[in-house]
Amino acid sequence: MHPDVVVVGAGIIGAACAQALRARGLDVVVIDRSGAASGTSAAGEGNVLVSDKEPGPELELAKASRELWPELAQDAEWEEKGGLVVATTEEACEPLEAFAAKQRAAGIDACELTADEALAHEPHLNPEITAAVHYLQDAQLNPVKATRALLRGIRIIDAEVSTTDGRSVTTTNGVISCGAVVNATGPWARQFGVNVLPRRGVVLVTTPIPGTIRHKVYDADYVGAVASGDADLQTSGVVESTQAGTVLIGSSRQRKGFDGTIESKVLKALARKAIALFPMLAGVPVMRAYGGFRPYAPDHLPIIGEDPRTPGLWHATGHEGAGVGLAPATGRLLADLLTGSTPLVDPHPFRVDRQEVMV
Amino acid sequence: MRIVVVGAGPAGMAAARTAADAGAEVTMVDSEPEAGGQFLRGRAKFEHRGVTHLKNTEAWMVEGHTLHLRGPRQLHFDALIIATGAYDRPLPFPGWDGPGVITAGAAQALAKQGVTLADRVIVAGTGPFLLPVATALQNLGATLVGVYEANSPLAWARETKAVLANRHKIAELASYRKALSHLETRTAVIAKHGDRVTVAKLDRHWRPVSHRTEHADLVCIGYGFLPRTDLVPNAKRTNDFLDVDELQRTSVENVYAAGEVTGIGGADLAEAEGIIAGAAAAHQEPPLIAVEAVRRGRLFAQALARAHAVQPGWQTWLNPDTTVCRCEKVSLADLTDAASMRELKLTSRVAMGRCQGRICARNAADLTGIPFDGQRRVIAVPIPLGELADLPEETS
Ligand SMILES: Cc1cc2nc3c(=O)[nH]c(=O)nc-3n(C[C@H](O)[C@H](O)[C@H](O)COP(=O)(O)OP(=O)(O)OC[C@H]3O[C@@H](n4cnc5c(N)ncnc54)[C@H](O)[C@@H]3O)c2cc1C
Ligand SMILES: Cc1cc2nc3c(=O)[nH]c(=O)nc-3n(C[C@H](O)[C@H](O)[C@H](O)COP(=O)(O)OP(=O)(O)OC[C@H]3O[C@@H](n4cnc5c(N)ncnc54)[C@H](O)[C@@H]3O)c2cc1C
Repeated sequence: MHPDVVVVGAGIIGAACAQALRARGLDVVVIDRSGAASGTSAAGEGNVLVSDKEPGPELELAKASRELWPELAQDAEWEEKGGLVVATTEEACEPLEAFAAKQRAAGIDACELTADEALAHEPHLNPEITAAVHYLQDAQLNPVKATRALLRGIRIIDAEVSTTDGRSVTTTNGVISCGAVVNATGPWARQFGVNVLPRRGVVLVTTPIPGTIRHKVYDADYVGAVASGDADLQTSGVVESTQAGTVLIGSSRQRKGFDGTIESKVLKALARKAIALFPMLAGVPVMRAYGGFRPYAPDHLPIIGEDPRTPGLWHATGHEGAGVGLAPATGRLLADLLTGSTPLVDPHPFRVDRQEVMV
Repeated sequence: MRIVVVGAGPAGMAAARTAADAGAEVTMVDSEPEAGGQFLRGRAKFEHRGVTHLKNTEAWMVEGHTLHLRGPRQLHFDALIIATGAYDRPLPFPGWDGPGVITAGAAQALAKQGVTLADRVIVAGTGPFLLPVATALQNLGATLVGVYEANSPLAWARETKAVLANRHKIAELASYRKALSHLETRTAVIAKHGDRVTVAKLDRHWRPVSHRTEHADLVCIGYGFLPRTDLVPNAKRTNDFLDVDELQRTSVENVYAAGEVTGIGGADLAEAEGIIAGAAAAHQEPPLIAVEAVRRGRLFAQALARAHAVQPGWQTWLNPDTTVCRCEKVSLADLTDAASMRELKLTSRVAMGRCQGRICARNAADLTGIPFDGQRRVIAVPIPLGELADLPEETS
């Protein structure tokens, strides 16, 4: 076996890279130590968001991804449900509206709503909200199904990769030589030379209450929490339903390595923020809680490109809390760069050769 | 010394008494209105100096030295004893998700409340605990159509050591004489449509070799037990039962376990384990008589596990459209090919509903050949968001 490309990691990012490379006619093999979508990609809510991104390189990648997803996610519960971002205090109104205006200038569909209009969209929303913006492009999918759909027809090898020199990978099942290697190991990407760290997130899942909550609804302070690099616990209210009628409640951010314990203080904070958005949730039971580790780079930008220190080794990682949304454009961009085609978006901001990224 | 016991069955009651007698300040928490647990509820009177019994109270999470209770309320402990017992495992067959099929444990609990469940009943499954359930239903006036044991009692012929050490168990059988006459072995219910029940004779692997129709309004099923281990998701376990050492210590510091969470061997083994856990948690030497009872009881428990193991032939009882997961209405044909339980759940939604896989996850794993991962749940019982919001800032 001598594939053109070995992709290490069968999460949603590795799957998107493999799919895009294969579409160019390359012979691709994916290796994962615990099977497809067994890591972070099974721990997320599956949102494909443009609403939470400030104009800049990440928003450009998100917009490109948003165009690619509908065709790729056909068997993955794709739903163009739209996002509703609400301010819950007087002080939060103006920043939310200013943020939306900047996004509109960057080509995002962001409509300001009055409180009454917001309530017409979401009847159970707290009537005390002070401002709301409706993002029509925000969508949702099932990330495990999407990963499987992307990997259809692609060979997956069950093995752990220990090292790579860009022309081969050493695995628990022997050495595989190849034309190039893609590091798509998510929060574990640091083992192959890029500075990616885990940022913990916990999600609560309620018993089903179908039809009660229709959009992805979140508090405007979420954007601040996403951009922050603070190690301490940060939470913000993020509420939405799945097709099964359960309600997913996030979001928390905490840097504590790969420690997976669920703490009551996180449960408390998430519950409070969700009830602040939807008071009726106070009586709805939570039936499970789960968590995952968002793969983040210290400058909060994905890493997509070839490693200047190890020719043949490519990285596609560091997508933090947006890997599901950013996956198809990441795969496409990586395939463009690897095959020498015109890149889908400007690759420069995502290059490996960034001070915070090279370790 | 503060000792908290979760569960007021034979194991929990014994642990609480023993720890209190050793001078500890004991709180025993149980979700039910009365002490006694699965088997003794309604027959046990619990009152003991030094033990506070919190009734109608569910425990939902352990965090360091704090036990979180519904309310919300917290108990701080120096040692925790998990005595949460086990519940019975149903196996799916066409019609098991319709009316008139419940678990043997549920039937037993309802019978204790004096609820008359049906005129004509069948009790089916494997293990000696089918007999007391059948007897309880008969005592309520039901007509017992049959007690169907899927395994063969001949398996016990190989277990002389366990039988000799536990002669009293054999004597117990005599009290179920009335039900025993309805016992058929290598037999199972493999379908139910309305009151028409398909009863099959099985081969050694539980594949049907012949069948007939019986009429019954209620079928009670129990194919062994699954332990309630949710409060200690990180404790080491074997076949899902918690591993304990000779002092009933789990792999989690200051956490002990006793009774059916560690293995299935009947109420007397549960009680003896409770005595050891209660003594050890209170830093006392466990009484030798309990140590000896545990030794004997475990011989019986191991023999029971061997003689009444679930055999793979049950998987042939299902049709492609037979429900596997009742909460999410997932049928056999909906089970995707997946490499892990997590992938299976997220693609088919099996085990994602209200019961969180307590009923179906084990069966789904067997049906797909995916290794059963013990289903670690962080929240032991559903808890309203409003209660989570009212948790105190810091727990200890
Ligand atoms: C709580 C939470 C909610 C989220 N919600 C969203 C959301 O709504 N929308 C969104 O866009 N994003 C969301 N995210 C982020 C998103 O889940 C991640 O950005 C994305 O899943 C990252 O995908 P990945 O493929 O890079 O990593 P992973 O999915 O973790 O894949 C990496 C794979 O590499 C494998 N691997 C690692 N090391 C090796 C090795 N040495 N050899 C072989 N295999 C190896 C692992 O087994 C794993 O399967 C959320 C994250 C969390 C934690
Ligand atoms: C159908 C059936 C028939 C049986 N027949 C016999 C028999 O004839 N002879 C015999 O010796 N044994 C019999 N048994 C077994 C018997 O039930 C056990 O031997 C005994 O009850 C085990 O004791 P335990 O203390 O380990 O658990 P249990 O008696 O099950 O007690 C556990 C207690 O913990 C409580 N609990 C669990 N989780 C929580 C929580 N999170 N918060 C608060 N409380 C909680 C439960 O409500 C329960 O009261 C039978 C069992 C079944 C199911």
